[in-house]
Amino acid sequence: MSVARRQAVWAWIFLALPLAYFGLVRFWPAADAMSLSLSHWNLVGKRQFIGLANYQRMIEDPVFWQVLGNTFEYLLLGLPVSLGLAFLVAYHLDRIRHVHALLRALYFLPHLTTATAMAWVWRWFYQPAPVGMFNAWLQALGLPQQAFLRSTSEALPAILVASVWAALGFQIVIFLAGLKAIPRSSYEAAEIDGAGGWQILREITLPLLLPSFVFLLVTTSIGLLRIFDLVYNMTASGDGGPLNATKPLVLAIYQSAFARMDMGYASAQTVVLFVILLCLSLLQLRLLRPKW
Amino acid sequence: MRRLLKGFAAAAFALLISAHARAVEIEYWQYTFKQRVDTIDTLIQQFQAANPGITVKQVTVPYDNYRTRIAAAIPAGEGPDVVQLFYGWLGDYIDANLLQPLPASTFDTAAIDREFFPFVQGMKVGGQYYALPTAVRSLALFWNRKLFKEAGLDPEHPPATLEELVDIARKTTKRDSAGNLTQVGIALDTAGQDVQWIRQILIPEFGGVPYSPDYRKVAYNTPAGVAAVRWYTDLITKDKLSTLGFLTDGVTAFRSGKAAMTIDGSFRLGAFDAQKGLDYGVAELPAHDGRRSNFASYWANGITSKAKGEKLEAAAKFLAFITTPAAMQLWMEKVGELPARVALAQSDAVKNNKTYGPFVRGLSYAVATEFVDETQQRQVMMDMLDRILIKNDSAEAAVASAAGEEQKILDKRK
Repeated sequence: MSVARRQAVWAWIFLALPLAYFGLVRFWPAADAMSLSLSHWNLVGKRQFIGLANYQRMIEDPVFWQVLGNTFEYLLLGLPVSLGLAFLVAYHLDRIRHVHALLRALYFLPHLTTATAMAWVWRWFYQPAPVGMFNAWLQALGLPQQAFLRSTSEALPAILVASVWAALGFQIVIFLAGLKAIPRSSYEAAEIDGAGGWQILREITLPLLLPSFVFLLVTTSIGLLRIFDLVYNMTASGDGGPLNATKPLVLAIYQSAFARMDMGYASAQTVVLFVILLCLSLLQLRLLRPKW
Repeated sequence: MRRLLKGFAAAAFALLISAHARAVEIEYWQYTFKQRVDTIDTLIQQFQAANPGITVKQVTVPYDNYRTRIAAAIPAGEGPDVVQLFYGWLGDYIDANLLQPLPASTFDTAAIDREFFPFVQGMKVGGQYYALPTAVRSLALFWNRKLFKEAGLDPEHPPATLEELVDIARKTTKRDSAGNLTQVGIALDTAGQDVQWIRQILIPEFGGVPYSPDYRKVAYNTPAGVAAVRWYTDLITKDKLSTLGFLTDGVTAFRSGKAAMTIDGSFRLGAFDAQKGLDYGVAELPAHDGRRSNFASYWANGITSKAKGEKLEAAAKFLAFITTPAAMQLWMEKVGELPARVALAQSDAVKNNKTYGPFVRGLSYAVATEFVDETQQRQVMMDMLDRILIKNDSAEAAVASAAGEEQKILDKRK
């Protein structure tokens, strides 16, 4: 056996373990879920093949469409607000030297907090006055109190605020790293050529920050599409209410599977989520492919 | 020497085999809840002392995974021989062949009919019992003596009727200068027991029925049903004596001394007892127009289809043991749930007990509703209340739409 060949064999031997792991723990269950989505199974009985009936039911289920709408509302509202805010903070944080480390640490803190604990604190924030902080402020300002989590229109944004706040720290750190990686010489060259601040931001900072943007865009989108813990903990009984107003797809899947033991329907919804995530990730990677 | 050793080994081997043959090990499964687990451990010790040759291994599973784990384990030939299951799951379990009927040699159907609360007959299918509870539970009204005193009310006089309840709630509700609620007369929380209170208690007390006798038809879309629902939502919208989810949930509101009353089950006694400075009493649920109702629920013990031969025999023995009056007495003292045998529950010692008495009195007329899907049926009720409270729908429209939705769920039953 030649050296190259022996090396290849060893490489495959080392690769075999992670491959087996992924096959067994990731791909096989995923494939099984797809076949499960074509059956009726309540976990205790026998699996029963029913073709596309679960998908048919999904199309006819108004709650499914509401849930799908909610899921995209989380994404389309959350993504620009979340990334915009994170970039704004990171951009300015990058320019100050004083208390830079302290501020960065403060922004990062929520990222280290348990989502459940965070959700409950926010749930208390949204209580009516005098208990809830936000309503107490509104009242102090002479403004009408808001129902927040007890309103079908305000509950989803209210949960989203907590989610954006929780994700901010991580995004800022990624942006800061990206900003630090931009060579000073590019800025200096631009300044010598007489570029203004806005022009530098548009022509140099943003394009060179693209890899960080792409990374955060993909991870944040996936995170928002998979939002669960905050909704589960901030709504009564974890039901994604009131009247399904805050229920994302993942929570609907959880309820189908583990509250109603309707494994087939849950799997069908999972397949839909998988397809959405796959398409979005491919789309984002293609649109934002670096052009250098 | 070698021969001696050989003989020795053979003897040891024979001993091992026979010991193995004599010791039957069975598994008992329930969900993880400290008091329940400790009590079963005590019962296992007593049982093993009385039945040498049988060992019982207790396995506990976190509540959230409990159903899933059982369902995965039994068809695979693993898991429990004796299993604790919620009464509403029985149909699913029998359909899936997870349970076998309790052996007639140990369990006398007529005696069970006679000695247990009538609603336990829900565990009887085709004339055979499939499971038996150690304990049962019902609902009662909890009231805070300190808040009653502060409002100038008699702290030993809880409301006996719904009119009295509203009157007391009015006197114990507190607001700040801006009109915000700072203390509620009654904690209302649909994530707690309020769905049960409305459906199984208020509706009958207003003269309606929640379901047809065979639980296949929704029957609350009547003037009585609407009146019951409206009475509940009026507490919030008209009388402004409470809000849904005041201090996030009913237990928190009552524990922190910010709610004068709450409706809950005996399983909440532990949490309230643990609260320092909370001086509370327990009363039978308030009646209306001379009518009373209550909701019973329970966890029952069944023998799984996996248990055969001497394991089945041992499982039957153990199940009989944990449903004796002595076991029920211990369960009540340690877990706070009520005995499933009428004679024990109605004994003077239990009936006149300040804490358990009101629950037991409620049991005598309590009904255990058969659900097709408890979670979904509860959700229908929660959505009905939200339609009235958030969307300002009329009680009539909300009740009618809830009845339609719930009927669809009931129709799924084969």
